[in-house]
Amino acid sequence: MLTILFDGIAYGMLLFILACGLTITLGLMNVINLAHGAFAMAGGYITVVLMNSYGVSFYWCLPIAFLAVGLAGLVLERLLYRHLYSKPHLDQVLFSVGLVFMSVAGAYYFMGGQQQMIQLPQELSGRWDLYGVGIGRYRLFIVLVCVLLTIVLQLLLTKTRFGSQLRAAVDDGRVARGLGINVSAVFALTFAVGSGLAGLGGAMGTEILGLDPNFPLKFMIYFLIVVTVGGTSSITGPFLAALLLGIADVAGKYYVPQIGAFVIYGVMVVVLLLRPHGLFSREGGR
Amino acid sequence: MIARRSLIALSAGLVMSAGLGLPSWAEETFKVGLILPMTGPFASTGRQVEAGVKAYIAAHGDTVAGKKIELVVRDDAGTADQTRRIAQELIVNEKVNTLAGFGLTPLALSVAPVITQAKVPAVVMAAATSSITQASEYFIRTSGTLPQYSVPVATWAHENNITKVVTLVTDYGPGIDAETWFTKEFKAKGGEVVEAVRVPLQNPDFAPFLQRVRDAKPDAVFVFLPSGVGSLFMKQFVDRGLAEAGIKLIGTGDITDDDILNGMGKPALGTITAHFYAAAHDSPENAAFVKAFKDANKDMRPNFMAMGGYDGMHAIYAALEATKGDADGAALIKAMKGLAWTSPRGPISIDPETRDIIQNIYMREVKDVNGELQNVEFKTFKDVKDPVKSGQ
Repeated sequence: MLTILFDGIAYGMLLFILACGLTITLGLMNVINLAHGAFAMAGGYITVVLMNSYGVSFYWCLPIAFLAVGLAGLVLERLLYRHLYSKPHLDQVLFSVGLVFMSVAGAYYFMGGQQQMIQLPQELSGRWDLYGVGIGRYRLFIVLVCVLLTIVLQLLLTKTRFGSQLRAAVDDGRVARGLGINVSAVFALTFAVGSGLAGLGGAMGTEILGLDPNFPLKFMIYFLIVVTVGGTSSITGPFLAALLLGIADVAGKYYVPQIGAFVIYGVMVVVLLLRPHGLFSREGGR
Repeated sequence: MIARRSLIALSAGLVMSAGLGLPSWAEETFKVGLILPMTGPFASTGRQVEAGVKAYIAAHGDTVAGKKIELVVRDDAGTADQTRRIAQELIVNEKVNTLAGFGLTPLALSVAPVITQAKVPAVVMAAATSSITQASEYFIRTSGTLPQYSVPVATWAHENNITKVVTLVTDYGPGIDAETWFTKEFKAKGGEVVEAVRVPLQNPDFAPFLQRVRDAKPDAVFVFLPSGVGSLFMKQFVDRGLAEAGIKLIGTGDITDDDILNGMGKPALGTITAHFYAAAHDSPENAAFVKAFKDANKDMRPNFMAMGGYDGMHAIYAALEATKGDADGAALIKAMKGLAWTSPRGPISIDPETRDIIQNIYMREVKDVNGELQNVEFKTFKDVKDPVKSGQ
């Protein structure tokens, strides 16, 4: 059934937009940032407030969410995360989980516990019927944004000077510093981009996933699944993993609704049994 | 393990001694321990119930039969073991005279043994699975039960030439109650349930389930979802073109919860639901209630949970008046049985046998009323008992 396939792809792409920031911070910078969902939630709330209280167009909200959350990420990186790079992973986990709980409480305090809602522009709601395949317009929009994003990120990492600097800084910070690379600036910028992407994902996800103060906890598991299945050494890995998981989840829920909720975990288990470092990881890598 | 056992024994002992020698100050105050999910995923339930309770106290004063009503609000974050622990603590340490609240079925069920042992009444203000009031002689309920408002949907659907239905419910106690009782009634009337879809409680995307509904081509889809996710569901229902495909959306009032209905926008228009309360209910009592509620809680519209809290407080007040200030648990629960009054939602009473609420169930359609979306009532099923316990 092609409609299901399309829905699965769109859902997977949404997962990817949400999780790719985590790939960058976790995979490239080697920081376990479980507070990723909190950044995504921030993007969602920014969109809700802008649209509902100030009447800003949805299209503008997306870049604003990206930039604002990116900026917040930059500030937090300079203030807090910077000190964690040299700390053991357990410290990073504890710290970021603490941040999650703070963000949940903060969102509840300022925005209340209820579901937040936005009204998409007219042209993004509804769907087309193409030869019997139902294409949701908003879902198509998600797919397009996601494909664009993947291409840009991939090029950024592999073809630009910044990309090489980042990879050098990650692999051996001391040598990179010796070569005149400003490692701490590179890290700060990368972290900002990672958080910004989470913000963008949150802004786009509000319509389909909903938004309430528990967002970071509810979706933490999905981000982690995407990143573990995809491996953390590239952008294409999580991209394909998100596709696979999205399609498996949607198809599982459609064809075998009794066990549908567990299909995504099943897929994860199988993949990790076969390739413990993720689908596209360099064997023996981190 | 030993420490835990002795703790339980100790608390049981304290409960008993509390019944024997009451300190003198307890003569003047009457404590109500309100346990609600104030944080976590079900925070909106807690918020509404608490607001309803406070609206009642604000409107009727805090002195009843010479006693001062004192409210002790505790947050259980929606976890059953916390509810139970808090209930024990409130009874033993705070010496509350009655418990109230309970946002979800498992939370209410977890305190059943505690209240039975301590002989403290507990007023269920939100949780809606039928079986709760059977778990302890000390439960009464002022919200409603899912079978109570699922059966009328089936009756209405049959009367309106809907013959083929898919049910879509959340996969937990109340959802299964709704599915079971809708299906039972609908089949008895000659209708056909072509498919029964159960959605996991933690579900991010409704796409596959809605596609399944669409492919089954029913006349209508009967939906129960806990309030909150209803809005997401509605949007995706419209986006997927189910309405265009001629599939009607019918369900229990939880999906068009008054608290969030207005934010749903156009997709919600025309949805038919059955429930015991709508903020748009046309009566002088309700107009006064809605006004008082909005004055006390800005930006909020009362929903059915606020109503459960409001009427729950009424039950406590009325019982205390009937016992002339006697705060003994058994006397209170006896006084609550058979209470009848006109609530903002219409005439209601507490069934003396089952301690569950008997009330009108209204069929409503979502309409635009002066720029606000409202559940507008168009048909009334009078004095509906919980069908599970009335032996239907």
